[in-house]
Amino acid sequence: MSEDDRQHGLDRRKVLECMTWVGTGVLWTISGGVPRSLGLIDQALAAETRGLTFLQISDSHVGFDKPANPNALGTLEEAVGRINAMPAKPAFMIHTGDISHLSKPSEFDDADRIISQTRLDMHYVPGEHDFLDEEQKLYRERYGRGTQGAGWYSFDANGVHFIGLVNVVNLKAGGLGNLGDAQLEWLENDLKGRSASTPIVVFAHIPLWTVYPQWGWGTEDSARALEYLKRFGSVTVLNGHIHQVMQKIEGNVTFHTARSTAFPQPAPGTAPSPGPMKVPDDKLRSVLGIATVTFKQGEARLAIVDTPLAG
Amino acid sequence: MSLRNTFAGAAIAAAVGATTAAVLAAVVLPGWAQSPASAVSIDNFTFNPQKLTVKAGTTVTWTNKDDIPHAIAAVGKEFKSKVLDTDNSFSFTFTTAGSYNYFCSLHPHMTGTIVVEPATGGDAGH
Repeated sequence: MSEDDRQHGLDRRKVLECMTWVGTGVLWTISGGVPRSLGLIDQALAAETRGLTFLQISDSHVGFDKPANPNALGTLEEAVGRINAMPAKPAFMIHTGDISHLSKPSEFDDADRIISQTRLDMHYVPGEHDFLDEEQKLYRERYGRGTQGAGWYSFDANGVHFIGLVNVVNLKAGGLGNLGDAQLEWLENDLKGRSASTPIVVFAHIPLWTVYPQWGWGTEDSARALEYLKRFGSVTVLNGHIHQVMQKIEGNVTFHTARSTAFPQPAPGTAPSPGPMKVPDDKLRSVLGIATVTFKQGEARLAIVDTPLAG
Repeated sequence: MSLRNTFAGAAIAAAVGATTAAVLAAVVLPGWAQSPASAVSIDNFTFNPQKLTVKAGTTVTWTNKDDIPHAIAAVGKEFKSKVLDTDNSFSFTFTTAGSYNYFCSLHPHMTGTIVVEPATGGDAGH
């Protein structure tokens, strides 16, 4: 697979591609199977009456204390404050990885203490920062119960099939994110026999489409996963890792990345490296945030609202 | 072959353990006390220099100057560091001539090479 191949496919199908650079929370609404991004969390929640609304947070990097945000735990607390202030309680929350910065037990403890204040059911997938302990066991002990391999799994909610994937282990020199044969086989079997009208939500840390390979922003073998998904009428792929909102719609598949709650990263190619981006202190909360996703019966696209912590 | 690796920076001692057979001992003695030294700096998600040529017996020290952790892993598994937070270092003494490709196990698009030439008189190479 190459980005070019996909682009040609896109052109042929007159598919809309868009990238958004604003917002903090992503509000995803699944309506009739297709996710849709709305403007603000509150608007989306007000508009949503039936169906399913869930939240996405990502890249909390608890333990990060560098100039780009000396208090990443504090901004995670602010995100939780916003979640708790929502007018309607979401069904559950997904976390798309990099819970911790260095996989220290104290970092996971702090993250759990803050996130549990939402009193929401949590569904995690790991980021590469969650597998830095010697035996790579802390993440799996805490969040991986009942999962396969390095932590992949699926579940159903309101007729939507959710699939959490792991693309941050066994990375190869010179490569991108990696799903691996075992996980791809599991995915193929997981999808077998499901009706093509079942709305699918896939979530993983590193983007499953090629955002910017020069910075490693993509997943080596994601084309195989997307091949298994292509017969479904509504597929939503939610990722983190790049600490900014980006969206692309390709046929029946909507790709979306959420903001971090810890620090922003530069737009592709706009800085010497993808490292933490220092913004003026009074701007930080406008580039951090959460996402809300809503599914409505009878509508094909989920609504996604990215809401910043402020501004 | 005899290989020795040296961790500098107490903070990293707590984290990841290398399990490859090539890592015979983790010692606290600074490698440069006994052997020629050379350095690789990690800046902006890049190894500098990306290709480094040294004589056999040289201790190479990688230092992470980024605000994001990195980790060094040899493609041939000859050496592997624990996670290196900002300003942490990892050292490895190359005793056998050859070309060693390595990458960052967190950010695998980051790659580098250490070319080890035989020491004077060179009989260790191939």
